[in-house]
Amino acid sequence: MTHADAFISIDRVSKFFGAFQAVDEISIDIGKGEFFSLLGASGCGKTTLLRMLAGFESTTKGEIYIDGQPMSDVPPHHRPVNMVFQSYAIFPHLSVADNIAYGLRKKKLPRAKRREMVDEMLELIKLPGYGDRKATQLSGGQRQRIALARALILRPKVLLLDEPLGALDKQLREQMQLELRALQRQVGITFVFVTHDQEEALTLSDRIAVMAGGKVLQVDTPEGLYESPKTRAVASFIGNMNFFPATVRRNGAASAAIEAEGLGTFPMPIENITQPDGAPVQVALRPEKFSLTPEKPDTAHAVAGKVCEAAYLGERSHFHVAIEGKETPIAVSTPNQSRGGREAREQGIGAQVWLSWSPESVVILQGD
Amino acid sequence: MSDLSYIKRPNRPLQIYAILFLVVLYLPVLFIPLFSFNDSVYVKFPLTGLTTKWYVELWSREPVWNALWNSVKVGAAVAVISTILGVIAARAITRYRLPGKNVLVTFIMMPLVIPGIIFGVALLILMSRLGVPLSLFTVTLGHLIVCLPFAVATLLPRFEGFDKSMEEASADLGENGWWTFWRVTMPMVFPGIVASLLLSFTISFDEFIMAFFLTGTDPTLPMYIWGQLRFPQEFPSILALSALILFVSFFVVFVAQYFGRRGLESEQ
Repeated sequence: MTHADAFISIDRVSKFFGAFQAVDEISIDIGKGEFFSLLGASGCGKTTLLRMLAGFESTTKGEIYIDGQPMSDVPPHHRPVNMVFQSYAIFPHLSVADNIAYGLRKKKLPRAKRREMVDEMLELIKLPGYGDRKATQLSGGQRQRIALARALILRPKVLLLDEPLGALDKQLREQMQLELRALQRQVGITFVFVTHDQEEALTLSDRIAVMAGGKVLQVDTPEGLYESPKTRAVASFIGNMNFFPATVRRNGAASAAIEAEGLGTFPMPIENITQPDGAPVQVALRPEKFSLTPEKPDTAHAVAGKVCEAAYLGERSHFHVAIEGKETPIAVSTPNQSRGGREAREQGIGAQVWLSWSPESVVILQGD
Repeated sequence: MSDLSYIKRPNRPLQIYAILFLVVLYLPVLFIPLFSFNDSVYVKFPLTGLTTKWYVELWSREPVWNALWNSVKVGAAVAVISTILGVIAARAITRYRLPGKNVLVTFIMMPLVIPGIIFGVALLILMSRLGVPLSLFTVTLGHLIVCLPFAVATLLPRFEGFDKSMEEASADLGENGWWTFWRVTMPMVFPGIVASLLLSFTISFDEFIMAFFLTGTDPTLPMYIWGQLRFPQEFPSILALSALILFVSFFVVFVAQYFGRRGLESEQ
């Protein structure tokens, strides 16, 4: 995403509440038709940023452009965006149809046309025939869909979603995730989605901005965030990660190695190393990037250890493996087709095993 | 031993206390309707006979109707104005980040605890200094001070009880502040508005102290009753009138309570 063809451009935006800085000089470009998520723990500024897009909060500094237009002086009711609220904010005194048609008043449509549009929306959200129900008679999942329909009927340029799945139970949430993604492809509207649930963000998004303390840590595709996190904070926020303090060892211009606590020294492709010789780094390895075998594998990227915890999770098994030279045990996750995993489990806690990894799975992070 | 839980078990002494409480509170009041049907100008036992002639006499008395009409006019004006002011105050208190909000609410509620006689004297002095002649307008002004805390107290829970994002959703869907108020805020706080109107009207209708200081030549109903107490032969009619006011007030307050509560329950 380059700055020039951005559909939404958040340009060095800051927000202060009194002396508290909720958003700190954030710049993000979002493309047309993209499903973009703002991911972070509560208080990271993601909801404030979304509310600034909607116009409910003003920007203290910076400017937001939507489709090329600066938004600072545009009040919420004139912005080309619509929002699905965390609480859904379904009007309890109106019927389902009147809720969905709420924003159509100013369009001055004939009654029949309005009905047709509402019915179309009810069809889209898979609640046909619900128009005459009272809003108070709906379940959480249904309210969520009504909130979506109420926003989408106005054909906004951007749909903002503030943790819309947070209040649903797990099963319904997973179903709604799939539906939401399908709906977004169908209508082709740019979605900006706020969530604290990393799994949800990975499932739904084209790209994700990971936020913390009012700043954006990294903007990337789900795969990019998971496989090549740029900082330790991002690496530990998305999924599980094992960290090893390490030092870069360069042998001239041709080859390089990493000397990591517990893992020993192992060679790395030189193009993966940008740091100078002797630089302190962090080696990061996801639990599923390890293979676990009872015998020593035929590779330089292996280390011996002892199983200290084992948990059987059906499709996978999780292990904690203690290795020499490292205080905290390594988290390892193996699919249960692996003989080694089963064997280690059968031998139980205390079994001697070998951990191996491929150098491509290793993520090298700045700093100590 | 019953299978009721500790907290739900009937408590005999408490039941007796509750009954005693209600008897002491309402028995004196019940003498008013009782003697209003008594066939004697003297309010004393034994009762001499059943009659409705005091009510009939009341019906044909012109000044009573005038006073009643004055009270209704004042009550209606007070109800509408205090409810409008109450809506504005309640909305401001619940929707905006106001510095010193708690102090403000305390000051709005203050007339509840300041003796009416003090407010009455103060307003009387103010009016005479300003050269405003006493009339039903001055009474209305006095009643506004008395009723406003009740209006705010009735409306505040309604405004606190509804999700702020409702109004944001309306703005988000393209409505400005004015339309948002009429299409979302107003319907949602409507039960509170009805309750506030009824309660303010009742309080104004029964109010005496402010009216005592601020009435000009047109008496309100309580002022008329006060004036008639000097004439013993009028007393039974006054009892009849009081009984009527009593029943109407009870009824209106019950309706107001019903609306207030129904609104809150439908939220949950």
